[in-house]
Amino acid sequence: MSALDFINPGSGLYAKREPVFPRVVDGRFRRLKWLVMLVCLAVYYITPWIRWDRGQYAPDQAVLVDLANRRFYMFDIEIWPQEFHYVAGLLIMAGIGLFLVTSAVGRAWCGFACPQTVWTDLYQHVERWIDGDRNAQLRLNNAPWSAAKLGRRLGKWSIWLLIAVATGGAWIFYFADAPTLASQFAAGDAPFVAYATVGVLTLTTFTLGGFMREQVCIYMCPWPRIQTAMLDEKSLIVTYRDWRGEPRTQGVKKAASAGGRQGDCIDCNACVAVCPTGVDIRKGPQLGCINCGLCVDACDEVMGRLNRPRGLIDFLNLDDQANERAGARPVPVLKTLLRPRTLIYFAIWSSIGLFMLFTLGERARLAIDSAQDRNPMVVTMSDGEVRNGWTLKLRNMEHRPRRVTLAMAGLPGGRLWSDAMDRRDAARSITLQLAPDATNVLHLYVIAPGGPAGETPFTLTATPLDAVAGSRDARAAARDVKFIRQ
Amino acid sequence: MTDHPAGPKRVDDATGTSLVGHEWDGIEELDTPLPRWWVYIFAACVVFAAGYVVVYPAIPDMAGTAGWTSRGDLAAMLTAETAARAPKLKAIAATPIEALADNPQLMRIAIEGGRAAFKVNCVQCHGAGAAGSRGYPNLNDDDWLWGGDIAAIRTTLIHGIRSPGEDETRFSQMPAFAEILGKGQIRQLVSHVRVISGQDHPSRAAKAGAALFAENCASCHGDAGKGNRALGAPNLTDSIWLYGGTRATLTTTIAKARYGVMPHWETRLDAVTIKMLAAYVHSLGGGEASPAAAPASEPDVGT
Repeated sequence: MSALDFINPGSGLYAKREPVFPRVVDGRFRRLKWLVMLVCLAVYYITPWIRWDRGQYAPDQAVLVDLANRRFYMFDIEIWPQEFHYVAGLLIMAGIGLFLVTSAVGRAWCGFACPQTVWTDLYQHVERWIDGDRNAQLRLNNAPWSAAKLGRRLGKWSIWLLIAVATGGAWIFYFADAPTLASQFAAGDAPFVAYATVGVLTLTTFTLGGFMREQVCIYMCPWPRIQTAMLDEKSLIVTYRDWRGEPRTQGVKKAASAGGRQGDCIDCNACVAVCPTGVDIRKGPQLGCINCGLCVDACDEVMGRLNRPRGLIDFLNLDDQANERAGARPVPVLKTLLRPRTLIYFAIWSSIGLFMLFTLGERARLAIDSAQDRNPMVVTMSDGEVRNGWTLKLRNMEHRPRRVTLAMAGLPGGRLWSDAMDRRDAARSITLQLAPDATNVLHLYVIAPGGPAGETPFTLTATPLDAVAGSRDARAAARDVKFIRQ
Repeated sequence: MTDHPAGPKRVDDATGTSLVGHEWDGIEELDTPLPRWWVYIFAACVVFAAGYVVVYPAIPDMAGTAGWTSRGDLAAMLTAETAARAPKLKAIAATPIEALADNPQLMRIAIEGGRAAFKVNCVQCHGAGAAGSRGYPNLNDDDWLWGGDIAAIRTTLIHGIRSPGEDETRFSQMPAFAEILGKGQIRQLVSHVRVISGQDHPSRAAKAGAALFAENCASCHGDAGKGNRALGAPNLTDSIWLYGGTRATLTTTIAKARYGVMPHWETRLDAVTIKMLAAYVHSLGGGEASPAAAPASEPDVGT
């Protein structure tokens, strides 16, 4: 290998990107793609601006990842760090959801909902608006540089950049109060990390959506490999019915007069022209295909004009391909979708979701954690009584201050008091004020008459004083601990 | 792995890509070309790495051109931390020690500051948990030789106990009774102390010891043996012994006396650190209320 190999694309070691200029198309899948894109972008840009009243002790942003205070708010749900298993559960649901979608409809995630696809689609729309459709884009691409070309390019890139800034900008609003951060950002007072995040996301959006596009899917992304492994012979994937289309013929009449069998494919290349990743689906399933179905729309349109049935290119599974090739009738889509594997995935997915919803509704909003003093574990007092100590964490997860009693059950003769009290006020139960939406830390002392060495279990219970009996707020939090004598 | 011998280029039928010649269990490696932008990124990384070595200290004992060092970074962080703490330390300095308890937030800061200072200066004798050991008092309990309110603790910290070179140090000197009393008398005294501390039942020897106690010990330890904090004389009737409450240790204590020493910290630590240490020791569970302070009944637990 010589240095020339490194720079010479003709050597075969390195491939130059072949630019893709997808033609505009209309049809059922294109419309679905518009709808998904609209919903995704709307959710992404608008969500941080939704307000949600939680009272004076919590932020009023509906969706907020408050990293500094370690809280995650999503409408009426608030997640504390120790409840992170809900986030893990969501990730598991996302994983199983991906299994479900992939086994049912192949790489539909890639074709419709992936951010790379959504933003590339948006950028291509801008591109068509500035430069025109496929042919105009090709012409402009091949034209030498001129003032007009430069003007168009700068116009296109400016709009791309605006979208990129808005995209990066929207991201940071999920992590802080959006209106406050927006005014800080404009005034130059926002934290450095906000500017850095917007900068990085602007750069990636601009590059990946404007220039890298299908290269991301083909070379950078691991999902195509993983999803390909999750497909089976029942998954719906975009398929060219070659048994119907072949042999493809460009001059239909000429071929007809020459006699011999001819396929439905007129080799118009519409399927290739509309493909956002530039593949030719007629070559069979391939890594570059993101299952977006735009070639289905393009081919259906052509078949319609030729008065041929639609579906020369269609969502079809491998089993059906074999059956249809052997002369069987097409199987209804619903029958393909509803099969044990997808149903089991759906059952797992939905039961995790239902279980999480149930536990979210049932979870305690008052909790005790305790750590017993280990050095010293036992302190003998001057009157011969024995003292143990605990660091107690009382988590008040309600958005209001609460009054609770902390009481002990068991340990005869035992009394407790906290480090904020006087020992003379030690009692079987004490009353505490808990700060709202906070972990209240106190040091707890428990004293009991001396006795033989050993452990005496007892229970600490925090009972709210400010709730209607029987309501969820009224639930007590308990903790079993051991009193130690030496 | 099988290596196919070099020869005419073989091509994969399905993709039209040429084969490298490596085969694993029938699976052959395609010679798919890398995308060119990938090569550019690689080249850019090499260029970046070269710049990084120059700008950032990547070579031992050579500072980068950006002037960043981990030691400099640490110094800057310490300076920033000190600056951030300054207002709180100033507030602690400005608050009379008896009034610290009225400001729970400041008290908490003082206790944490004291905890840190204790780990550096005090654990050598008093232990990491301040539980002490033989001859070194346990600071977690409610037994105080010289007083357990926060101001008294601070006084002990400032001036020390029997600390040489400190005029105002807390000082008490129990005589070594081996030179004053006979062995039998000391035995009787030990019996009496065992009785008043609830360890033994009354006996004839103890009764004799009581008379000796009134004569020789009560002036400091009090008639009932409950001690005297003004003199640092320990309470002999409680369950806590600095050197031990067995007959043998009590005999040694009476015969030879004990002179434990704690340094005066005034010359080693600044006033705020000593104040924070006092707050920490006071917080360990045995601290006594300042004479004028009223106890809070419903504490507001901080976060």
